[in-house]
Amino acid sequence: MKTTLKGFTRHVLLAAAALSAAGLAQAQDKVKVGLMLPYTGTYASLGNAITNGFKQFVSENGGKLGGREVEYFVVDDESDPAKATENAKKLVKRDNVDVLVGTVHSGVALAMSKVARENKTLMIVPNAGADELTGPLCDANLFRTSFSMWQPSYAMGKVMAAKGHKKVVTLTWKYAGGQQAVDGFKEAFEKGGGKVLKDMTLPFPNVEFQPFLTEIASLKPDAVYVFFAGGGAAKFAKDYAAAGLKNSIPLYASGFLTDGTIDAMGEASQGLLTTLHYGDGLDSARNNAFRLNYAKSYKAQPDVYAVQGYDAAQAFNVGLTAVKGDTSKRAELIKAMETAKIDSPRGPFTFSKAHNPVQNIYLRKVEGRENKVIDTPEKSLADPARGCKL
Amino acid sequence: MDFYSFLIQSLNALQYGLLLFLVASGLTLVFGIMGIINLAHGSFYMIGAYLAFALTSLTGNFFVAILLGIPLALAFGAALEALLFAHLYKRDHLEQVLLTYGLILIFEEVRSLLLGDDVHGIPVPEIFAASIPLNDTLSYPVYRLVISAVCIVLAVGLYWLIQRTRLGMMIRAGSHDRDMVQSLGIDINRIYRTVFALGVALAALAGMLAAPISSVFPGMGSQVLIISFVIVVIGGIGSVWGALIAALIIGFADTFGKVLLPDFAGLIVYLVMAVVLLWRPEGILKKG
Repeated sequence: MKTTLKGFTRHVLLAAAALSAAGLAQAQDKVKVGLMLPYTGTYASLGNAITNGFKQFVSENGGKLGGREVEYFVVDDESDPAKATENAKKLVKRDNVDVLVGTVHSGVALAMSKVARENKTLMIVPNAGADELTGPLCDANLFRTSFSMWQPSYAMGKVMAAKGHKKVVTLTWKYAGGQQAVDGFKEAFEKGGGKVLKDMTLPFPNVEFQPFLTEIASLKPDAVYVFFAGGGAAKFAKDYAAAGLKNSIPLYASGFLTDGTIDAMGEASQGLLTTLHYGDGLDSARNNAFRLNYAKSYKAQPDVYAVQGYDAAQAFNVGLTAVKGDTSKRAELIKAMETAKIDSPRGPFTFSKAHNPVQNIYLRKVEGRENKVIDTPEKSLADPARGCKL
Repeated sequence: MDFYSFLIQSLNALQYGLLLFLVASGLTLVFGIMGIINLAHGSFYMIGAYLAFALTSLTGNFFVAILLGIPLALAFGAALEALLFAHLYKRDHLEQVLLTYGLILIFEEVRSLLLGDDVHGIPVPEIFAASIPLNDTLSYPVYRLVISAVCIVLAVGLYWLIQRTRLGMMIRAGSHDRDMVQSLGIDINRIYRTVFALGVALAALAGMLAAPISSVFPGMGSQVLIISFVIVVIGGIGSVWGALIAALIIGFADTFGKVLLPDFAGLIVYLVMAVVLLWRPEGILKKG
């Protein structure tokens, strides 16, 4: 009985596959890509870089993904979690996209992932670092081509312990992202024999740092670890230097403190050490070709966000190619992505069981206007994916 | 906290409070005295910061940028008043909210088109770039003290303008009864245009002065908008001294809240507002 049923199922599947292949050949359907990213507001430049990166891969790939032409459905998510569910539903239900790509803001990405999960839509996260996305909320249909908050901060904990710092103070915004960064940092730093004197937080997106600088000066730690991004990051680095702390107490950060903010920081940025999965001066043929093409297409230098968008397109292409453009073979498509080695400009990476990149984390030093890669403290670092049942 | 740290934190609080007054001063005029709910106040602050950035890049000198920026902001404010706000004085507050909210969106989009969405910075002007050492690890940036001084001058100047000059008298009269002032032969429209332009210029000046220490980035206006309203409301609508006192209270509450009650730092400012309003529903200093 069982065998006959299996045989029968196989026949039906084969017939269905044949039919859909025929349908494809006839209609030359375009594959529908939903881009839900911030195009206005604080993160607009990140959304644009991700979009540029994604489209660059598509054009390098002959304007196609998995052999099919691409049709984009674009929604500006405004980095507003309150509108996230509605926006995601527009793409998933109305436009019926084959893949949902987004986004930058973790709160928005968490809401999107809920919509994707309910509708079983394939989703690729090209930035949002919330640990949950490839932790407790991981899903077979959900991939991430960026990083988890835990990854770069864990690497920084290791770096600072190795440098012989024993007592540090941490400072970040009081929100999930900052908390996860500090937790990842602590895990490695305490494992390396260090001690955190005090964890300090301020409400997001408050940028009045002066009281904390006074605290740091009176606690006199060996070093300071922070997590900040964007305009707040630029202000913090300037305030830290202006308070005279930069020369006496070294400042370290994971993630994005010095990405896109070096010009704004000016002199205060020089020599800052940060950890991330990308940096300047990664001298590989892959990265050099990527940077050259990007600069040609967009008259701008690519950043880590462009790389993450580029890799989102690459990863989807791997899956779609494996099923010859037939998105109905979801299980095979996912299987192909899970086993793929993504040839990223950051260096090759694979996906962990929870679908987060297993990747190198680089130690970068600000020199001139670049985040120069000076070391690779973690090679092929996998997020622990706590709470993921995949 | 030892006594020395307490002193330094008090300096932080004082300096932050004065900076907040600078940001809120324009709103004191436009919301407090003219009675217009101006949600775009934060955008004028953002425009000021971007003006400082653009003009400093063009002229190479921060002070020249400010000297050019102030008349530009005044003209911009006067034009906005003539084109848009002049039609709203007799209308509902809701329509003012809608207009000024729309302006926020327009200003952000235009900013994005003209100058992009990157984070920018302006170096602190050379002569104020130094820091004064307070102890072996900590020093205090001179530029912050300069800003504090400017804030005090502005507070006194505004008070003098509103309480001691003929123009101020007309402004105060106009805020009580437009029609009466007009029937006395005073061109109330011109006065309102002047006050509104001044309010815009003050917000822009705050943005320009803050630019070297705060950096210049999209959405920076929305960060100052709410706190500005809090200050004007706590201080008592229409009172310059009230706004100054409120700004200092908020400065102290925020600074010491962050240090002593870090888990409630986000709440403390609003708790203070609630307590003050329970104690004095019309704000610390009433209109006068």
